[in-house]
Amino acid sequence: MTLSQADRAAVEAAARQIRIDTVRMVHAAACGHPGGPIGMADFMATLFLRHMNLSPETLHRPDRDRFVLGNGHTCAGYYSILSQKGLIPRDELLTFRKLGSRLQGHPHRTPDMGIDFSTGSLGNSLSVSLGMALAAKSNGWDTRVYSASSDGESQEGQIWEAATAAAHYGASNLTVLVDFNNVQIDGHMRDVMDVRDLREKYEAFGWHALDVDGHDIDAIDAALVAAREETARPSALICHTLIGKGVSFMEDQPGWHGVAPGDEDARKALAELGIEGAELEAMMA
Amino acid sequence: MIATPELAPLFDGVEPRKAATRNAYGEALLELGASNPDVVVLDADLSGSTKTKAFGKAHPERFFNMGVAEANMIGVAAGLASQGKVAFASSFAMFATGKAFEQIRQSVCVPELNVKICATHAGLTVGEDGKSHQMLEDVTIMRVIPGMQVIVPADAVEAHQAVLAAAEIPGPVYVRLSRASTPVVFSDDYRFEFGKAAMLRDGGDLAIVAMGVTVAAALEAADTLSTMGIEARVLNMSTISPMDSDAIESAARDCGAILTAEEHQENGGLGEAVAQAVVRTHPVPMEMCGMNGSFGQSGTGDELLAHYGLDAAGLVARAQQLLKRKQA
Repeated sequence: MTLSQADRAAVEAAARQIRIDTVRMVHAAACGHPGGPIGMADFMATLFLRHMNLSPETLHRPDRDRFVLGNGHTCAGYYSILSQKGLIPRDELLTFRKLGSRLQGHPHRTPDMGIDFSTGSLGNSLSVSLGMALAAKSNGWDTRVYSASSDGESQEGQIWEAATAAAHYGASNLTVLVDFNNVQIDGHMRDVMDVRDLREKYEAFGWHALDVDGHDIDAIDAALVAAREETARPSALICHTLIGKGVSFMEDQPGWHGVAPGDEDARKALAELGIEGAELEAMMA
Repeated sequence: MIATPELAPLFDGVEPRKAATRNAYGEALLELGASNPDVVVLDADLSGSTKTKAFGKAHPERFFNMGVAEANMIGVAAGLASQGKVAFASSFAMFATGKAFEQIRQSVCVPELNVKICATHAGLTVGEDGKSHQMLEDVTIMRVIPGMQVIVPADAVEAHQAVLAAAEIPGPVYVRLSRASTPVVFSDDYRFEFGKAAMLRDGGDLAIVAMGVTVAAALEAADTLSTMGIEARVLNMSTISPMDSDAIESAARDCGAILTAEEHQENGGLGEAVAQAVVRTHPVPMEMCGMNGSFGQSGTGDELLAHYGLDAAGLVARAQQLLKRKQA
């Protein structure tokens, strides 16, 4: 099943907006993590537009879907998609990382914005997501719990404690999307700590696991459908991505994991994302 | 009290009464299971020892054995609590707080969730298992986390009520429980009040502020001191965070000297917490009976308490030293 042209265009537009917002937020904060959220933009947009039933209307429904951002440092993109869904005012985005802002440097649980959990310390997310999934099952709800994780976070032992337990409890309402961009702060995975084949690892732990091209919206959508249809096991979607995808000088560069672009780089990045002329000048003002 | 095959009767009819606070926990969980459908219980493969097993038998759909993986257990408890459950999580104090400190801070206390960590086998009285299992730093590392509320019951009667109270108190709670049968201090009509120190005996020469198993020793020490003409006030500081600093200030003003007693490191524990309240309100001479920066060792619980000066005789000796300082 492929998406209709209109549906695909909507997801592509949301993904582009995540990239633009990320550049602007991290540039305005003068610190933060641009590469990850830009690389995750396609699967985050697909998930939030086409699968999660989170919206201002469903926000306070106890049985709505849940999301936990395990790699919390990539939250600029998370805040962007929440704002696109009408849960964070657009003009609040540029308060990111500033004193008194609701948009903390790593997400803080804020029910009014649809931020379901506090994260930032790698390794903790899958356990929390499993707890949410077990609560939903015990309440008889058809809530789906989505958790974003990453190749770097997969180096944490707690992830594998949670993976063991999720399979044991048959948490089929739990789906983890692993951003596998092969880059961590200190360098490429192969040089720092190679986690090897995560699909095989999740399979060995008893999960329904799929390799997915993390920039192919049709493939991401199909994998999320397959996860929804799986009735016995939790699902792991290993999303193979390029860090900084769409901003040529950030692509596959460990240096753009946690460094903010200055004026010149922000201008270049926004131009590559199709912002030009008066709009670009207004953004850079 | 609900009788089950898994939980021996709390009291065996022998006087003076003794009971393990972990058994009281198991009993209280059964009551909560019957009265509150939101209560869920998690354990890390020690449910027979922590006494959560009876709840698991009674409510299998609300009991999650997470295997030997404490960090994950706390994270899962946090996830459950975020969806409206009241999650009790248990293991030995060493592992529940030591292995999972980071998860308790990040996933329970930062989002301010209803996770109740009820840890057993705390302190020296775990006995023969030795220093690897004698958790003597748990109160320190729990009380310093913003929002974590810490309760150390003095006996099984108080433990039972503290566990019931923990289910009602909003937010994270840590309850410190023991393996060993320890003296029962309170009659059944005692009423635990969260956040309040209970004055168990009044006196004007010094105050002994104790928590956990040392409360019984403090009362015994006060009896001995009384025969020597020294009258001690005894405070049961079962809520250590938030601390009842009014009770500490009154003790400092009325008695002029304070001795603390704990089966725990003095560093960061009850002694330091009381000292903090004393210097902020009414500074007086203090002595601390606790672990003075060392690990424990194998031995029976009673032997260990005596060896480290945490029995009545040890408290009496330190009280006498303190009174010399007060009079100097």
